[in-house]
Amino acid sequence: MLSVPCPWCGPRDETEFRYGGQAHVAYPADPAACSDAEWAGYLFMRDNPKGWFAERWFHSAGCRRWFNAVRHTVTYEFAAVYAPFTQPPGVPS
Amino acid sequence: MTHPDFLWADPEPKRGYDVVVIGAGGHGLATAYYLARNHGITDVAVLERGWLAGGNMARNTTIIRSNYLWDESAAIYEHSLKLWEGLSDELDYDILFSQRGVLNLAHSLPDVRESVRRVNANRLNGVDAEWLTPAEVKKLVPIINTSQELRYPVLGATFQPRAGIAKHDHVAWAYARAAHDLGVHLIQNCEVTGFRRAGDRVTAVETSRGAIEAGRVALCAAGHTSVLAQELGFRLPLASHPLQALVSELLEQVLDTVVMSNAVHVYVSQAHKGELVMGAGIDAYNGYGQRGSFHVIESQLAAAVELFPIFARAHVLRTWAGIVDVSPDASPVLGLTPVENVFVNCGWGTGGFKATPGAGWVYADTIAHGRPHPLAAPFTLDRFTTGALVDEHGAAAVAH
Ligand SMILES: Cc1cc2nc3c(=O)[nH]c(=O)nc-3n(C[C@H](O)[C@H](O)[C@H](O)COP(=O)(O)OP(=O)(O)OC[C@H]3O[C@@H](n4cnc5c(N)ncnc54)[C@H](O)[C@@H]3O)c2cc1C
Ligand SMILES: [Zn+2]
Repeated sequence: MLSVPCPWCGPRDETEFRYGGQAHVAYPADPAACSDAEWAGYLFMRDNPKGWFAERWFHSAGCRRWFNAVRHTVTYEFAAVYAPFTQPPGVPS
Repeated sequence: MTHPDFLWADPEPKRGYDVVVIGAGGHGLATAYYLARNHGITDVAVLERGWLAGGNMARNTTIIRSNYLWDESAAIYEHSLKLWEGLSDELDYDILFSQRGVLNLAHSLPDVRESVRRVNANRLNGVDAEWLTPAEVKKLVPIINTSQELRYPVLGATFQPRAGIAKHDHVAWAYARAAHDLGVHLIQNCEVTGFRRAGDRVTAVETSRGAIEAGRVALCAAGHTSVLAQELGFRLPLASHPLQALVSELLEQVLDTVVMSNAVHVYVSQAHKGELVMGAGIDAYNGYGQRGSFHVIESQLAAAVELFPIFARAHVLRTWAGIVDVSPDASPVLGLTPVENVFVNCGWGTGGFKATPGAGWVYADTIAHGRPHPLAAPFTLDRFTTGALVDEHGAAAVAH
């Protein structure tokens, strides 16, 4: 089981969390102006990298707050956690 | 059956091929075989980064069925099931295809309604399907607990008698040998790392064993397809997740049907040798490590022991994970791509083993003719733009 470092509560068992997928998928500023392809991009297309990934977590059985994390999708190691709507801190290279 | 030492050769890559298939899982091998057998396209290489069929093909729980809800799904999975029914003869290899029937349990009133609806939809599509009462389930599977006292009692089940399991390694080896016999090159330890382009076309794939020229490129990389698409410069609606399974030690035969339950999320069959084979849902997070979290195993075993109390005394021998490519509507992506001579077959997620012959068949046809096979047409990448999803997630019995 992963140990997920909630920025508000500290490290907790993965079973306390829900996963939210890719972070920073912004709602289009003017949805009605999107082409079908742009809308599909927003709704369905996702980054799915093998490596560092900025993603969302929800501490559902804890503080019930959302946060973002940078996690490696092969080693599963967390490099950083940070508040929603803020930019990710530097990603390890 | 006596085996020769080698069923296929291990050739050095040629300078180039008409078709380069990336990934020697079940789908890549079947695609290469049908390219040669159905279309006479034999200048084909299947490139595999590891060893032949060491990915999900080696890790899945081998459930084969075609009782999907929507017409488009029923058509392609039933096509596949019909091919399974003749596959041992076709490939002259015993793949231990066992049509022992698959039960999909219902545990709540919404489950029951969805299940009965699916039985009716299946019958309209010519897919064998029955609705069984708890007593009928108990008769078929005497070790199952049908007590109505359970937290999630068995309220009935759908039953597809023609569904079952097969021996995954034999399937891979049979396709590999047959493809090899028709002239296909199977090249292992050959990872595709990039693509050479001329305008909208790919001219060669770059690999860990050097560049290989390609007339056409067929992606068959399951959980790694997004990585290749990124190199090619287009996006896919996929998330790669670990999916785990486990086996018990060898036991006397106690279960001769496949039992699946989406609601409590466990599915189980007993392999020919005697081990119980069980799987669960995906781990929630994106992951390319071939391992998942132990609590997923714990909850699938809790469900299994509740449904089959005698399993409490069995020991887990091994657990493992594969990397599955999950799409938003739980349906595959099959067809053309924004790159002119590159084709895609992915998104089979947790349920693509059953599709091995069918997907190989329609994908080969799609590559040969440069347009989607009629059975693949509903599953092209375009559907995410048009909105014509084939939503098997909402329907019951989606997993595996
Ligand atoms: C635990 C588990 C249980 C499952 N249970 C079932 C089930 O009961 N029924 C069912 O129908 N389905 C099931 N599935 C799903 C099924 O296994 C997959 O959908 C199916 O195997 C995918 O097709 P494949 O066999 O071609 O994939 P794979 O065997 O994964 O083949 C893809 C290949 O591509 C190779 N590759 C990747 N990147 C590259 C590269 N850059 N260069 C060269 N090669 C590359 C990989 O090494 C791999 O060998 C299960 C999966 C798992 C993990
Ligand atoms: Zn918290």
